[in-house]
Amino acid sequence: MSAHESRSESLKLAPAATASSRIGLGLFWIYVLLYAGFMALVLFRPDLLSRRPFGGVNLAIAYGMGLIAGAFLLAIIYMAACRAVEGGGPPRS
Amino acid sequence: MLYESSPVAIAIFAAFVLSVVGLSFYLGRKGQSAKGYYAAHGEIHWFVNGIAFAGDYLSAASFLGICGMIAFNGYDGFLYSIGFLAGWIVALFVIAEPIKALGKFTFADALDSRFNSRGIKLAVAISTLVVSIFYLIPQMVGAGDLIVPLLGLPHTVGVILVGVAVTMIVVTAGMVSTTWVQFIKGSLLVFFCGILAAMILNRGLVVGVGPAANLTPQVRTVTPDGTVLIDGQPQSKDHDLRPVGTLKALPDRYAGKTATGPLRPLEYLAALEDSTIVTWSSKNHSDAAGTHTTYSPVERKGSDLLKPGGYFKGLSTGKLADRLDFASLMLALFCGTASLPHILIRYYTVKDAAAARKSTVVGIAAIGAFYVLTLYLGLGAMTSGALDPTSTNMAAPLLAKSFSTTLFAIISAIAFTTVLGTVSGLIMAGSGAVAHDLVENVFGIPMTDHEKVRCGKIAAVGLGIIAMVLGVLFRSFNVSFLVGWAFNIAASANLPALVMLLFWPRTTKQGIVAAVTIGMLSSLAWILMSADTFEKVYGWSREASIVPFSQPGLVTIPLGFLVLVVVSLLTSPAPVVRRHG
Repeated sequence: MSAHESRSESLKLAPAATASSRIGLGLFWIYVLLYAGFMALVLFRPDLLSRRPFGGVNLAIAYGMGLIAGAFLLAIIYMAACRAVEGGGPPRS
Repeated sequence: MLYESSPVAIAIFAAFVLSVVGLSFYLGRKGQSAKGYYAAHGEIHWFVNGIAFAGDYLSAASFLGICGMIAFNGYDGFLYSIGFLAGWIVALFVIAEPIKALGKFTFADALDSRFNSRGIKLAVAISTLVVSIFYLIPQMVGAGDLIVPLLGLPHTVGVILVGVAVTMIVVTAGMVSTTWVQFIKGSLLVFFCGILAAMILNRGLVVGVGPAANLTPQVRTVTPDGTVLIDGQPQSKDHDLRPVGTLKALPDRYAGKTATGPLRPLEYLAALEDSTIVTWSSKNHSDAAGTHTTYSPVERKGSDLLKPGGYFKGLSTGKLADRLDFASLMLALFCGTASLPHILIRYYTVKDAAAARKSTVVGIAAIGAFYVLTLYLGLGAMTSGALDPTSTNMAAPLLAKSFSTTLFAIISAIAFTTVLGTVSGLIMAGSGAVAHDLVENVFGIPMTDHEKVRCGKIAAVGLGIIAMVLGVLFRSFNVSFLVGWAFNIAASANLPALVMLLFWPRTTKQGIVAAVTIGMLSSLAWILMSADTFEKVYGWSREASIVPFSQPGLVTIPLGFLVLVVVSLLTSPAPVVRRHG
């Protein structure tokens, strides 16, 4: 392999640059926002977490369980989206 | 507290260990090739692999540690559950498919996939071994701690028992047997925790009666010659610490009642929030007569226990350093999961990227369900009137004992087997790092397929022996530190390199080596210089510490990214200009 080819090889697009990884990254950032929102409440406004907007259960528990359930929900959405992308051929530009 | 060993627990544990070791020997013929030994031929079904993820990941720290922390401190233990589960989002959306596509047997394979660099293999192999050993120690110490009360055997016997069983499991069929042990453990753990949670809801909330309703402070003294005194009298079966953790008053809507009866999941939490609960605090002091620990009851509102700040005191005091410490821990939990070598190698056991993705989703479902259950288990233990004030780790087994001794035996045996599943994964990861990364790729010793397997088995035996020795040496060590250390080191050393390799084309091999090395060393150094380590490990003053907060991730994870970018830019070849047309 020549030096020129070697350089080209090292500057190729990274392997994750695929349709499914783009979907994954989008969902990842959604979850990061949810997680960061929870952390911000815990760190800066813990008083809000004592409020009980959901049937007697406080926001700390509701948000925490929501993050766990949300992870599963996003995982299911990811599975379905990847199946659609992989099953339906390359995505249209 | 003194415990009586349970013959049923011994029988269940023995049956489980013999079954999995027998299964390992049965599967032994499938682990004879290198691909079979290190990656189970890539033939594990995605669903089995997903449950095995749970078996690999849900260690004693998750099961015993979180339940105990919730039982003694309330909501803050659940923050660990949230952080541990959130880490799987990084694994699924960022890591799963690329690492399956890039790697072969080990994490180093993936990081080195574009470079063929001995430097990368060496740095990553060392990082894998460091993380695995830091994770191994608390598992082994936990095994020893569990076996004393549960089976009535000495601590060292527990460590050796786990070490020998796990080494046999790994040596017989490598990743094949490890996977099935983790699958069985993961299934049993989630299933029986579900049963226990259902029993808690069916019992509802009950105002405390019996010994736990006695709210007189208790004093445990350890004299200079090692004798244990309870309230000034020698400890014995008839004169022991009383169990603690009770409900003092139900909400007003249950006025005149001493029990709520069966409750639905959200009703249970709402009723607990309006109840009055008695938890116990402890305070130590030493004098010529020995070390005295005074356990005192603290009456608290349920609403105070179900909000953050019970364990992470800084969240309520508002000190900046304490808040940064907490933020740093939660960042390490988020980033650490997808950087743990024993988790990453499980992606090589399925056939393709789609199977890797599906198995992660199954893993998230099982692990998420388990973490929701930990909240009920912890809160159920908090009001069970069965807690041992000296041991947070015994909360879940003692909760089970408050229902029946058979359930206690089953949960105890499962608690012990959680160690088997996790340790086998860790030894497998370490075995690959030694045999495949170091011996074959770094030292360049050529090996046939058969020799690669033999080398991996020898490495597994060596790691098993090291694990047993460390488990005995560190028996008095605060194990929760080591789990946190492992997450921080993994996240700081491995995640920046992995993420940048996948998403930044200008990443160079020098950048990866520098990021792994600096990330690992900086997080280790930070931990060793932290206030927590000064106080609880060295026995020095917290004020003497030279870092502002104890958890390093907030500094060392970004540092890993920064080092990689700077070194890659300094060592990157000039961009190639392409002509189009």
